[in-house]
Amino acid sequence: MKIMVAIKRVIDYAVKIRVKPDKSGVVTQNVKMSMNPFCEIALEEALRMRESGLASEVVAVTMGPSQCLDTLRTGLAMGADRGIHVDSTSALHPLHVAKILRNLVQIEKPSLIILGKQAIDDDCNQTGQMVAGLLNWPQGTFASKVVLDKEKEEVTVDREVDDGIETVQLKLPAVITTDLRLNQPRYATLPNIMKAKSKPIKKFTPQELNVEIKSDLEIVEVTEPPKRKAGVMVSSVDELIDKLKNEARVI
Amino acid sequence: MLKFCSIFSKSKSKNPFLLRSRTKSTSRSQSSPAAYTFSRRIFPYSKHSSLLAPASLSRVPPSRSFATDSEARDSIEYDVVVVGAGPAGLSAAIRLKQLCHQKGADLSVCVVEKGAEVGAHIISGNVFEPRALDELLPQWKQEEAPINTPVSSDKFWFLTKNRAISLPSPFHNKGNYVISLSQLVRWLGAKAEELGVEIYPGFAASEILYDANNKVIGIGTNDMGIAKDGSKKEKFQRGVEVKGRITLLAEGCRGSLSEKIIGRYNLREKGGAEHQTYALGIKEVWEIDERKHQPGAVLHTLGWPLDHKTYGGSFLYHMKDNQISIGFVVALNYQNPFMNPYEEFQKFKHHPAIRPYLEGGTVIQYGARTLNEGGFQSIPYPVFPGGAIIGCSAGFLNVPKIKGAHTAMKSGMLAAEVTFGVLNEGLDMDMYWKALRNSWIWDELYKARNYRPAFEYGLIPGLALSGLEHYLLRGKHPFTLKHGKADHEATNAAQLHSPIQYPKADGVLSFDVPTSLHRSNTNHEHDQPPHLRLRDPKIPETVNLPVYAAPESRYCPARVYEYVADEHNQLKLQINAQNCLHCKACDIKDPKQNIEWTVPEGGGGPGYSVM
Repeated sequence: MKIMVAIKRVIDYAVKIRVKPDKSGVVTQNVKMSMNPFCEIALEEALRMRESGLASEVVAVTMGPSQCLDTLRTGLAMGADRGIHVDSTSALHPLHVAKILRNLVQIEKPSLIILGKQAIDDDCNQTGQMVAGLLNWPQGTFASKVVLDKEKEEVTVDREVDDGIETVQLKLPAVITTDLRLNQPRYATLPNIMKAKSKPIKKFTPQELNVEIKSDLEIVEVTEPPKRKAGVMVSSVDELIDKLKNEARVI
Repeated sequence: MLKFCSIFSKSKSKNPFLLRSRTKSTSRSQSSPAAYTFSRRIFPYSKHSSLLAPASLSRVPPSRSFATDSEARDSIEYDVVVVGAGPAGLSAAIRLKQLCHQKGADLSVCVVEKGAEVGAHIISGNVFEPRALDELLPQWKQEEAPINTPVSSDKFWFLTKNRAISLPSPFHNKGNYVISLSQLVRWLGAKAEELGVEIYPGFAASEILYDANNKVIGIGTNDMGIAKDGSKKEKFQRGVEVKGRITLLAEGCRGSLSEKIIGRYNLREKGGAEHQTYALGIKEVWEIDERKHQPGAVLHTLGWPLDHKTYGGSFLYHMKDNQISIGFVVALNYQNPFMNPYEEFQKFKHHPAIRPYLEGGTVIQYGARTLNEGGFQSIPYPVFPGGAIIGCSAGFLNVPKIKGAHTAMKSGMLAAEVTFGVLNEGLDMDMYWKALRNSWIWDELYKARNYRPAFEYGLIPGLALSGLEHYLLRGKHPFTLKHGKADHEATNAAQLHSPIQYPKADGVLSFDVPTSLHRSNTNHEHDQPPHLRLRDPKIPETVNLPVYAAPESRYCPARVYEYVADEHNQLKLQINAQNCLHCKACDIKDPKQNIEWTVPEGGGGPGYSVM
């Protein structure tokens, strides 16, 4: 059984983000990039499935400019068997990514696609759901526990939802997106990093996969969130109600 | 070999006329590895020598205090292992590969780096002298090295509380460039990889590997995934052994492995060297109003806010893209335990001659690092069985010039050339010592040797001698001044001083430590054993706090050390190891040398990109 994992190269979570002076985006030059933490969790889950004998192959897919190869190599160093790089310098929105993944699925024919629930740069939380929709596959998003039954070709997913935990059972092939508590991703060890250098990476372009990168979205402006104002100590309940009514206008 | 009589008295008076047996001559014997005849000192070392400090004399093998001794480690072998992907380490790696290409040889070179990426732990002023880079990669301009802002002006001010008095600049910065060393190192890393060097960021070399003959055969990386209590976490990974026929230590100032090696093989005594002395540099990169920005402008100041007894000053360099580097350096042999170098820096930014540059600007990044000030007198014998120490781990910074990157690079290149000879032609690694002494590094550092020690007598005598040196003597005097006490011994008891009141941060020009720390992109895996180890856990509360009023809570630029009241209302030391900037100030300045800086899990630490 083959598993495909989509991984994204994003600004490292520990970096302090700055907005560009022209407000067209955030500064990415000279800024540390790494694999999206949720994608790491997704890859870790796929690797555990392979290690327990439930899957035979894990393929890591990334999309973007050539620097994405670093992230792909990290994925291979963690243990993925093969890599696929879809080379594109234009901005890729979730729908583009979902369409590309759908077309890749026709080539690779995996039984399971695992993605992070969202990327920490755009926080869209859309790609996994869109892929499932385009492929007409069942989806288990915000997974905090995944149990694969190979014979029955089913996967049981515990989903973290607002009300608590929802358990769904999906027939393969299916799409899973991972949430924080699913697992703790492994470190890429030095020997594995060296082995990763010789693992194969196949390259595609969006055109080869019949996907047109045409954007219906235009980023108008990116600004910093307003500075948090200092708290105010109120002297009485009446003053509190007055402020809630007249200043904050919430009652 | 010249022999001199010492008129050194046993007391702590600093007699500058101890004439040292180290000379500029290069006829040092290179045959015997155990060249203890090197130093013909007649009187024993003063008590101030760092030789006697427990840290450096330890012959105990590096501690492996947590589980996992029994589990075998993977072992990878290279011809050369370099610890640290900084200017020295990368220059050595590049030079090795260049020699391989030139001479048709093949050597495998591996560089391990504790930062999450190359350049993440690199921070420096920096006014760069391209002398070594011209030798290493003469095509650097065509190959788009990030060196593109030539020095356009060079100012030197003496500050009083309200005024800035312009003095003639002692620097000759024509032909130099204002750069971000972090960016340059990243470029060097790319060049090294192009030549076939294997660089592994995110891997911390935490121990030295020895064979049965006490020869260094490589390093071991940290185990990863150990919890705070020492148990193994789910994602536990055993470290690996990276073995090399030659190991080059390029960890920067006060390198943790380098210090152990220097102690184990007595390299300071062997080199006739004094103890190393240090300063703490704290730096911010600002994006300022473009009307105030003059690319290539270089400014240094002395004086306010420091007093006459404390050596230090500031720098303000204009890079490109409306960015400036502004920083403050305080020598760590300061006496007042209430001194807070970070707060001195914040205070300095409010000076009426400085604040106009910053008004209307924003801070992009913050960081701090110690640097060597010992110069010529403190260079240890840099060769040990199985390898050598290069760059600031040995200590080639030219203090009056405040430049160390060019000498670090050159030392790496020289070590590479000797290493190539050792591995291919059976030469002796001791040739590195000879190569250093025949190079322009030695020349430069010899000429610069008396500037800093002169300041032991105070600011005015120091300036006077600097003037004399600069205009008249230019290093041609028959004496070599000694350093004063070791930095950690220079701190007076708190009762001799009164607390310094520092102004509160205004949030516009000056900031509190947590705000600044956030700008350093520092992060460590939270659930790991603290990498700052106390040799005796009782000393903070029995010595540091009552006698010295807890200086570590003031000199640490990352607020790692805090005294917090426990449930019995007793103040106890709390170590916020996650904040650590890897500057090594605590390892240097702790009065009882009780704090040992060890390397945390690889990939942790600051994330400098424009420093």
